[in-house]
Amino acid sequence: MDQIFLQVLNGLDKGSAYALIALGLTLIFGTLGVVNFAHGALFMIGAFCAVTLQKILTLSKITIDPTKTDFLGNPAKIKTPYVEGWFGPDMGAMIIDWSVPMAVLFSIPVMILVGFIMERGLIKHFYHRPHADQILVTFGLAIVLQEVVKQFYGANPIPTPAPAAFKGSFDFGVMLGIDANKVIYPYWRMVYFLFSAVVISAVFAFLRFTTFGMVVRAGMADRETVGLLGINIDKRFTIMFGIAAAVAGMAGVMYAPINSPNYHMGMDFLVLSFVVVVVGGMGSLPGAVLAGFLLGILESFSSMNEVKSLIPGIDQIIIYLVAIIILLARPRGLMGKRGVMED
Amino acid sequence: MLGLNKKDTMFLLIVIALTMATPFLMQPFSEGSALAQFNGGYPDLMAKVAIFGIFAIGFNILFGLTGYLSFGHAAFLGVGSYSAVWMFKILSLNVFPAIILAVIMAGLFSLVIGYISLRRSGIYFSILTLAMAEMSFRLAYSVFTPLTNGETGLQVRPSDVQLLDGPNAPEYPNIFGLLISDSYKWEVAGHVFTFNVGFYFCAVIAIIAFYISLRIFRSPFGMMLRAVKSNQNRMSYTGLNPRPYTLAAFVISGMYAGLAGGLLAVMDPLAGAERMQWTASGEVVIMTILGGAGTLLGPVLGAGAIKYLENIFSKINETVLHDWFAFLPDSIEDVVVFILSRFTGHGWALTLGLMFMLVVTFLPGGLVEGGKRFFGMFKRKPKEPDDAEHHPETPPHVAE
Repeated sequence: MDQIFLQVLNGLDKGSAYALIALGLTLIFGTLGVVNFAHGALFMIGAFCAVTLQKILTLSKITIDPTKTDFLGNPAKIKTPYVEGWFGPDMGAMIIDWSVPMAVLFSIPVMILVGFIMERGLIKHFYHRPHADQILVTFGLAIVLQEVVKQFYGANPIPTPAPAAFKGSFDFGVMLGIDANKVIYPYWRMVYFLFSAVVISAVFAFLRFTTFGMVVRAGMADRETVGLLGINIDKRFTIMFGIAAAVAGMAGVMYAPINSPNYHMGMDFLVLSFVVVVVGGMGSLPGAVLAGFLLGILESFSSMNEVKSLIPGIDQIIIYLVAIIILLARPRGLMGKRGVMED
Repeated sequence: MLGLNKKDTMFLLIVIALTMATPFLMQPFSEGSALAQFNGGYPDLMAKVAIFGIFAIGFNILFGLTGYLSFGHAAFLGVGSYSAVWMFKILSLNVFPAIILAVIMAGLFSLVIGYISLRRSGIYFSILTLAMAEMSFRLAYSVFTPLTNGETGLQVRPSDVQLLDGPNAPEYPNIFGLLISDSYKWEVAGHVFTFNVGFYFCAVIAIIAFYISLRIFRSPFGMMLRAVKSNQNRMSYTGLNPRPYTLAAFVISGMYAGLAGGLLAVMDPLAGAERMQWTASGEVVIMTILGGAGTLLGPVLGAGAIKYLENIFSKINETVLHDWFAFLPDSIEDVVVFILSRFTGHGWALTLGLMFMLVVTFLPGGLVEGGKRFFGMFKRKPKEPDDAEHHPETPPHVAE
């Protein structure tokens, strides 16, 4: 029982990441009809927004303290971050500590800008090209973005810790009256799950309850008619691309404390999130979210020792296996609409 | 000759001549000259060009003719490598059994994957192949460790007993006693040309592979594959089932990939799972597109260009760049070197990605189309007939 509970919890945070990326992918596919292989790269850029903000905040003034010496006998250099100089040591330290949550705010404008540039500069020219061409050019773009990040930040993962307040873990065992130390779940993962739930609901509410969202939904259903009604649908779709980029970026920022960002994390998530989109059904937003959580939880279940001893290696391939079965048995996915990308 | 018309025979002869002369062509600069770093005429690189040429030719039979974009071909390359190394380990260090098993195993493997994946088309097919290949990659790392030796990679050890080899047989892959690593260096007028057994072995196989692909392109079977690409619905309305044709194309291209994998193992008897990762599949896609998908020569050109540039660009580090731009004033030199060094050395992948994006965007036909456009600028255009209606445009002869 506690094992099952633990695995569901473990699946939630990975599932949240899948769901957020897949949501953005589906938004782009549903609005612009573009298969975006560079979406993983956007996730990665988001994570590096967190790294960048952390670096900016920890920029330090170096003062020399002549009373102390380091191990070589030189006068010791003391680094004081500028923020600590400006806001006082306590406040400054807190600002640095909270750099990841602050990076979420920092990442939104950055990611929207990146999304605009990508859409206007490149993807615009590929609306009328075959899907294969779209896949290829965005795959090229993904390589370029990943290499640029590698040039600036190096190839090693950069640790980006969560605020100290979130360092501990829940002990659900004690809370629920089962054994202690059986169901341990770090605070930050719970934060990640709640955050993604908020973002996902915000996106859905935005599409559901605003006029802008209504127009976008109308455009997704029938782009031409909306255009004939005198609405500049292209502009709105560009904005949606920016929003999808921001969603991927925020997912990346918050994921940074869970896994230290490295330059190829985008590629690692890309394949999985495509699988998620296909399982959920191309073009279906609820499908993407559902499939994201479902696959995340399935993955953590299959990594249980009991399951692994039953079917060796299952934890490595479960997601792909599910995707293959779904594609063969029900190609439009769990919640896909009839006729979308079917032939 | 060989069932080809006059034009194709000439074409094949030119390709044979160029392939055989590669040790000269890729070594145009004399040793010790400033340009010697652009020489690519060492056996390892030349053999890689031939091997990846084979891989890309095979991929092109699937993607170029039928339009099915597979993102999982590296799996067949990996299977080929593993089977070849197993042959080296248990049967003989002669290359032929290894290559034959590599082709057969890759063929069987691609038959299974193709049979399943070809139930869907378009992006679903791409994702199915991607998922299959990624599954094989992960299994090769985890469950199949007894077969693949996991992260260490499979290699030939002195303790392996080759059943067919006698006590005096060579300890390295060989062609009936002739070592793959043997080479003959010819020094003439400051130039050093290396003629390597392994390279010529790969080159001969590459020529055979090219010939087969030429025959496929010109055959009724090739025509069927093009029909799959241009309009599958119409093809089934005429009463033809496209599935067997696409499956055959998939298996053929899988066997090509297995052959390439086997040859990689021949040149260096070692097989690792990273050869099966999806980024490796992406590489062959890039090669084919860069050269020109659907053309005969394109994939070979693409493979050659990428492998050559990869080698050369990786060698250009900041010191080399400083040497080149030493004539500039120091401050400008530093800026130029700083910018260029982002694209060379470790930044080669960045250049590759940019190049690939530019080609996909502006030159969908790849290098071959670029060459055609370039030479087209010098040709006089034939006069347009007056009434277009009665002179329908002749469709361009595909694949040249």
